[in-house]
Amino acid sequence: MSGFVLIRGGRVIDPANGMDATGDVLLEDGIIRAVGRPDVPGGTTVLEADGLVVAPGLVDMHVHLREPGFEYKETIAGGTLAAAAGGVTTVACMPNTRPVNDDPSITGYILQKALQEGIVNVAPIGAVTKGLEGRELTEMGLLMRAGCVAFSDDGRPVADSGLMRRALDYSRAFGALIIQHAEEPSLSAGGCMHEGVISSRLGLPGLPAAAESVMVDRDIRLVELTGGRYHVAHISVAGAVEAVARARARGLPVSCEVAPHHFSLTDEAVVGYDTDAKMSPPLRSVEDRNALLEGLARGVITVIATDHAPHDSDSKRVEFCHASNGVVGLETMLPVSLELVRDGVMTWMDCLRAMTVAPARLLGLDRGRGTLSPGSVADLVLFDPEAAWVVDAARLHGTSKNTCFHGRRVRGRVKKTLVAGRIVFDDDL
Amino acid sequence: MGSHLWNRKHLLGMADLSREEIQSILDAAASLREVNRREIKKVPTLRGKTVINLFFENSTRTRTSFELAGKRMSADVINMSVASSSVKKGETLIDTLATLQAMNPDVVVIRHPESGAQEFLARHLDAAIVNAGDGRHEHPTQALLDLLTIHDHLPLLDRSGFEGLVVAVCGDSLHSRVARSIALGLRAMGGEVRFVGPPGLIPPKAEEAFGARVYHDMEEGLDGAHVVMALRLQLERMTVGFIPSVREYFAFWGLTRARLARAAPGAFVMHPGPINRGVEISSEVADDRERSVILEQVANGLAVRMAVLYRLCGVGGGR
Repeated sequence: MSGFVLIRGGRVIDPANGMDATGDVLLEDGIIRAVGRPDVPGGTTVLEADGLVVAPGLVDMHVHLREPGFEYKETIAGGTLAAAAGGVTTVACMPNTRPVNDDPSITGYILQKALQEGIVNVAPIGAVTKGLEGRELTEMGLLMRAGCVAFSDDGRPVADSGLMRRALDYSRAFGALIIQHAEEPSLSAGGCMHEGVISSRLGLPGLPAAAESVMVDRDIRLVELTGGRYHVAHISVAGAVEAVARARARGLPVSCEVAPHHFSLTDEAVVGYDTDAKMSPPLRSVEDRNALLEGLARGVITVIATDHAPHDSDSKRVEFCHASNGVVGLETMLPVSLELVRDGVMTWMDCLRAMTVAPARLLGLDRGRGTLSPGSVADLVLFDPEAAWVVDAARLHGTSKNTCFHGRRVRGRVKKTLVAGRIVFDDDL
Repeated sequence: MGSHLWNRKHLLGMADLSREEIQSILDAAASLREVNRREIKKVPTLRGKTVINLFFENSTRTRTSFELAGKRMSADVINMSVASSSVKKGETLIDTLATLQAMNPDVVVIRHPESGAQEFLARHLDAAIVNAGDGRHEHPTQALLDLLTIHDHLPLLDRSGFEGLVVAVCGDSLHSRVARSIALGLRAMGGEVRFVGPPGLIPPKAEEAFGARVYHDMEEGLDGAHVVMALRLQLERMTVGFIPSVREYFAFWGLTRARLARAAPGAFVMHPGPINRGVEISSEVADDRERSVILEQVANGLAVRMAVLYRLCGVGGGR
């Protein structure tokens, strides 16, 4: 839609500007012009938003688009369609593709594909080490110049302490964010679910919570040493939340994200050997889940990100320990996160902040994304906060359907998603 | 052969079974034992039924026991072995399904190295499934034959039931499906289970998970126990890293006559086999006919498996 568009009469929530009020949003040529009660020029297209929440499009800083290399699991086209259906207008995609995104040419390929086939913004995350092999640093400067917004070896930790030190140190030259899949490999080896009562009963080898917290503890020491910007991906255990809280209290550049499955489910979901409840890190104990909720409430955890990880059914229809790790999450992120608001864990403002401006700022996208400030790109989500629905794996928009929320009754439904003023998803169509 | 308290399709684990269900299997097994003592060791009960033994892991003892159980009940028994080495991560499991389905079996007895494989197959296959051991998860027919063996010996212990009976499960319970299944079975029957062994070889949170009391000191763990079950230390599979050496293990956790003296008067020794002499159990204990019931366990295994096939084939009810 070019020209003027007015989104009229919605509840406008813009955490970047601390706004929560009924009003209109005026767009012009894909840019936000005004919010509130703006003068409306003649010939303006009107989108009625009565009864809907109007918010900045969600920013999901942890997504696996699987392209290039694993197109049978997901593609940039399919993954961004799932994003649009979930109200997500920007996805940061992890580099564990084939080939790995460890070279500017791969970054360029992803961005080119995204331009041609993607329907939401794609922000590539480059690898910390070449080939994710944990040996040699990538060309962070050139990768950022090519379009990478952060660095991670996600799926694998940067295990070697000396290498992590150098990564955190070198990244400072570019102000780059290092995202760590925090897991001490010698403690997690062989594990395929959280180590606890349930793993004992099911006879499945467990990964102890300490595998994560040990690594976060170590990394925070390295942040002290280097001053590099450090972000814990998909935080899942109480000990790691504690460590991040302490680091932040001391003013260190440390942040973390939590995935909806980790704050809404526990290892109990694995009973019956459901491979759609298998991911890395695994679903944790009730105590860990409570610590995550508290971390969200206290502002220790500032970002909600999905770790959207599509897998084909052949990778999941096998014995539990052989099944691939990961669940899709883009299309359930919003309603599952809104449970936090209904349960009194977070305010509307804080909950939406964790999915918009907070991740946008970490990735350096905030000049134009994750906010409704005039002059920003018109990336928006319009959702009905009350609409109840039941998650049905078969009706998801992405290529793979491996959700752990199948059958869950949720509230909050995306009605329209706009990217640069263009409607990329419309629930009524 | 007892009232029909059994209406399950599968036998996947002891975790599912109530006291009454366990009792109904034990009762049936006790009656069927008589068949095994006849000159003509065969009854026509399961004529026309097809039982497939599907073993993804080598096992002579359990497979033979199921095979004989089926044959003595006149079922058609087929053995299928799927060499683990050729199993390329799960492919065989899903592919084997179609083959099996086409044979239209009544019961499929499955052993698999991965915990939960039988539950996975049960969701996709029409036949009744008997779990003959899955990973370190469960081995319900072993637990049932152990319960039957214990039951036989209750009078010698001067007891009338399982209530209050103390069973010390000694050794590597972490990697043991036998330990998990007997713990769950005994708890259902009102007995008390102890897991005795070195820290690190006991399942995490065993108290909460199985209602087992945990002892790291062998003497304390055996103190007053009515039944002592020694578990096989799986030398080939795991112990690397868990214990420093076999010598040290035997010195502190080996079942010897001296240690056994701490158990209750009349206490007896069980072992799921095959035993490692001088590792988890001394030969003098293993071969002590007064104390060891290892061979009775084998005989009872046959009867219990006949009873399980009988129940699952739904003769006179069931499915």
